[in-house]
Amino acid sequence: MAEREAGVAREVVVEAAGQEQPEAERLQIVAYCCQYCAYAAADLAGQLRMQYPPEVKIVHLPCSGKLDQLLALHALEAGADGVMVIGCLPGDCHFLRGNINAARRVEGLQQLLAEIGLEPERAQMFNLSAAMAAAFVEATQTMVDEITALGPSPLRRNGLMQKEEDHDNRGA
Amino acid sequence: MIIAERKSLEEIKGLVGEAEKVLVVGCGTCVTVCFAGGAREAAITAASLRMASRLDSGPAGEPAGNGKAVRDVTVQRQCEWEYLDEIAEDVKAADVVLSLGCGIGVQAMVEHFPEAWVVPGLNTSFLGLPTEQGVWAERCAACGDCILGLTGGICPIARCSKSLLNGPCGGSENGHCEIDPGVDCAWQLIYDRLNSMNRLEVLLELQPPKNWRTARDGGPRKIVREDLRLSEEEV
Repeated sequence: MAEREAGVAREVVVEAAGQEQPEAERLQIVAYCCQYCAYAAADLAGQLRMQYPPEVKIVHLPCSGKLDQLLALHALEAGADGVMVIGCLPGDCHFLRGNINAARRVEGLQQLLAEIGLEPERAQMFNLSAAMAAAFVEATQTMVDEITALGPSPLRRNGLMQKEEDHDNRGA
Repeated sequence: MIIAERKSLEEIKGLVGEAEKVLVVGCGTCVTVCFAGGAREAAITAASLRMASRLDSGPAGEPAGNGKAVRDVTVQRQCEWEYLDEIAEDVKAADVVLSLGCGIGVQAMVEHFPEAWVVPGLNTSFLGLPTEQGVWAERCAACGDCILGLTGGICPIARCSKSLLNGPCGGSENGHCEIDPGVDCAWQLIYDRLNSMNRLEVLLELQPPKNWRTARDGGPRKIVREDLRLSEEEV
């Protein structure tokens, strides 16, 4: 199952990599968005014609609690400069505790990143509600600012995120 | 079940050393259930090792180099040779095999693939059970001579810090062990359970010193069941 989920992340990463050339110089941040809050907030931001940074690529999750560390790890391995997980406000999770669990998983992921040798700040958790379009824009901007300060991920190859087959040395 | 914990990535990196092709082998049994060495953990460990080796391969601040080729595969049960045949080719192609099985899994791999260099990715911790999600506790010390029938089903060998047979000792404080207030006094648990079952008379019988020859003190252990063995022609 984890394999299949990771596959979804890979597709997104590949899609991001396939865009026009300026993308290569742009930071790539994967935002795992809960459909009950962040995904709807992003939608609302769009309807309100609010701009959020083009560095952010959204992956739709049924709940932030669905986040698997492996999913985020594959994105970072493929060269994503950061991953953000956006769940509902504490106490407002549609599945009661999914956002709380997600926050703990992000903490675990940050510890793993430190072990690997990447800055733990490349993975971050945010909370907001479906009505908070401005907060969504602010969260994505905050993330982009922090990752800009860190610089691009050293795991990028030729400035681009890579397809799974190209980067992970499988089958070697 | 067997409870284990993943070694630090730093230690794993040291064990893997200079090897270029690494095969991470997960196990689908005990260590899957305790979230230490299943398919998911094998994939996470392999990805972590790939990323870490890439970061280590170039100068700091520069884009990372190629790093090691790390693959992962998981077998249903690493501690039985017949389950290992399916990964024979993968093992052959690897410079080093990082086993995410328990200590038995690592040794089963070594015995089945004598040509392979196999290193452990886990610390095998104890025989126990999950007491709540994310918490595992020791329950059995595999002493080879079970006395649970004498103690209301609570093991003083595994759960009493001194493995006392006629407890509790003077270090029992309000139901907790003197070594750590977070550790229950096994003999308090035994007393409470026997009391609740109206079987306190069980404790009137003093237990003589235990025969530890069935435990590790008698050297490596082995069980032979002649009724189950294959005849020479069948082997």
